[in-house]
Amino acid sequence: MATVTSKSAYDRLGGDGAPAYPDGTPMTLEDAPLVRGNLSFHDVTEMVAYHTEKKTPFGWLLAFGGALTLLGVLGLSVAYLVWNGPGVWGLNNPVFWGWAIVNFVWWVGIGHAGTLISAVLFLFRQRWRTSINRAAEAMTLFAVACALLFPTFHVGRVWVIYYTLPIPNQMAMWPQFKSPLLWDVFAVSIYGTVSLLFWYVGLIPDLATIRDRAVRAGRMLRARILGFFALGWTGSNRHWRHYERAYLILAGLATPLVLSVHSVVSFDFAVSLIPGWHTTIFPPYFVAGAIFSGFAMVQTLLIVARKVYGLENLITLDHIEKMNIIILVTGTVVGFAYITEFFIAWYSGVEYEQYAFMNRATGPYWWAYWIMMSCNLIFPQLFWKKSFRRWIGLSFAISITTNIGMWFERFVITVTSLHRDFLPSSWDYYSATVWDLGMYIGSFGLFFTLFLLFLRFVPMVAIAEVKGVMPQADPHFYHGHGDGHALPHELARYQQDANVQTAAPAATDADDDGVPDDPNADDSNA
Amino acid sequence: MLSKIRQTVEDRGNQHVGLLAEFSDPGALVEAVEGLREKGYTRLDTFTPFPIHGMDRAMGLGVSKLGFMVFGGAVIGGLLGVFLQWWTSAGPQPNWWPTELNQFLGYPINISNKPLFAWESSVPIIFELTILFSALTAVGGMLALNGLPRPYNPLFNSDRFGRATDDAFFVHVSSRDTAFDRATTAADLRDLGATGVEYVDHDGAALVDDDAEAGTAVSTRADAPVAPHHTTGDI
Repeated sequence: MATVTSKSAYDRLGGDGAPAYPDGTPMTLEDAPLVRGNLSFHDVTEMVAYHTEKKTPFGWLLAFGGALTLLGVLGLSVAYLVWNGPGVWGLNNPVFWGWAIVNFVWWVGIGHAGTLISAVLFLFRQRWRTSINRAAEAMTLFAVACALLFPTFHVGRVWVIYYTLPIPNQMAMWPQFKSPLLWDVFAVSIYGTVSLLFWYVGLIPDLATIRDRAVRAGRMLRARILGFFALGWTGSNRHWRHYERAYLILAGLATPLVLSVHSVVSFDFAVSLIPGWHTTIFPPYFVAGAIFSGFAMVQTLLIVARKVYGLENLITLDHIEKMNIIILVTGTVVGFAYITEFFIAWYSGVEYEQYAFMNRATGPYWWAYWIMMSCNLIFPQLFWKKSFRRWIGLSFAISITTNIGMWFERFVITVTSLHRDFLPSSWDYYSATVWDLGMYIGSFGLFFTLFLLFLRFVPMVAIAEVKGVMPQADPHFYHGHGDGHALPHELARYQQDANVQTAAPAATDADDDGVPDDPNADDSNA
Repeated sequence: MLSKIRQTVEDRGNQHVGLLAEFSDPGALVEAVEGLREKGYTRLDTFTPFPIHGMDRAMGLGVSKLGFMVFGGAVIGGLLGVFLQWWTSAGPQPNWWPTELNQFLGYPINISNKPLFAWESSVPIIFELTILFSALTAVGGMLALNGLPRPYNPLFNSDRFGRATDDAFFVHVSSRDTAFDRATTAADLRDLGATGVEYVDHDGAALVDDDAEAGTAVSTRADAPVAPHHTTGDI
């Protein structure tokens, strides 16, 4: 049997280096190998599982302490808010929706990237998703949790929040199903539930992996806890058959769901009659914005995580470049939507619409509008240049400006449309208070507390899925005809390796250490 | 009837008693399964760290029936979405309804004489509930079809089996197979290139060695290949 590894299959390796064809030209993004650094299956397990097994590093404790402090700020802000009522926020008449709604939409938008990566990219057979989907899905869950905070406490009497659910009660009163706000309750909570299911189903094989490692290490308490959550998974092919089908179905279900959620969020605005809100462009424009901000947040988190946890060979520079392409495309779509809104306002001939949009760009909140425009439309245009897409520092900077820009987009939509009412006597200027700020900063505390716990206790990369996209995972790889998708020069290598292997006698063991000699050991660039 | 149920439960518990053979890589595993099926074995299973492309065909398994279950879940969720919104906002107020259950009746509210129930405004919640029930069925159905959770499995008695979730590739032939014979099947497996064959039952696992008598217990951990053939071992 031929022994072919990624070492012999690809000539030039190494984390961030650009892979090249044999003639020296750089490989296109489509052809480049997804996993770098000549890893074996066991190496992938080791690289990812190790971080859940090691002793808690001091740096993690430090970061966790910081996150818990911010979480404390959240607790304080919420307690003060519940005790006094939403009057502690900067809301006024006519601006009844301030930072709470801005933050809600911002967090829900961020929460879209996880399911988009795990579901939409799965259906499109984008196999590079496997390295980033686990962390992105976790980010989704935590972002949705942060998002739900804001409308929950915005209702004022949070102790009767269950009125939003169709629970039979002594008053025989039911929620108003014709209200987009109620659609939101259903859409966001179901989105959270389905994302959790999707995430957990993806986790089962990896939990079994770290369970078995715990058994071998003799850590029985850990093995029992993980064994409970791994449900007795063995990797049986009879199980994989139903598992893969379930994963495909969940991806098929989550795809329309993810598109519907931000559409429903946009209905909160679009179904009203406020100039600047009442537009049919909102659903697709909100969805594009959600993907844009979600990928930016994934980028922010993973650029740091891949470095800290040494995962550059799994989350490669190619992954960053691919995400930058998505950021460029969605950012341009969003920018195009801003311009379309302006055009339609002029073209409609409705003076209220025209005023609302002129007021956005030149009125008292002009600064918010131009922060939004530059962060969302202008800065991502840098990514037309390949070397900028592969520049980690710039990618990180643009991911941050995108997050800022998308926050200001929601601010512009919410506040500038409200602060100029139909009656000029109602006009007012809105600014946030320290309790708005506390709640927003505190939501980062919740997010990072959960995310740090995730990094510490759960495999942050989908181990089983990454193994599945490595060239040696394909049974055809071992028969001298590549993995079925090989390029001609790779095919030549496979065949050459296979011939060498067949011609040579069984693996020799010159150094007598019980390990068969590696026939490819002389290949350089290990 | 009762004996039939007992038989099914027992079968399920014993399905993983039999020979467990390790192979070096996914390619060898697919060939081994094809070879075993040619020899007439049917109660086979493979254990791998990730799903192997083409293994379903090699094992002769069809497409999972999960899709039909999920369709059922989707229909239930969608109908529930319609019923919930119609019942609560436009539902009938029958005379025979017991007063103490009034809280389960609808509460029609007339707003500007608009219709009490409208399809247009009901679409989002019908859609969301369809998705919710389909997803719950997909996950629940997958677990039910797989017989999970399953905390005990005789295969866990094998030390080397723990690597099935890491980098090892196993074929299992159940002792329930009509063609199963401990010595012959072990020889068959070795012919197909198995790097180690173990007999696993409820009491433990024992390596079935070429030289030793079949079933002689050998320390399995030391015999597990240190560096599997499909890896290079270095990062």
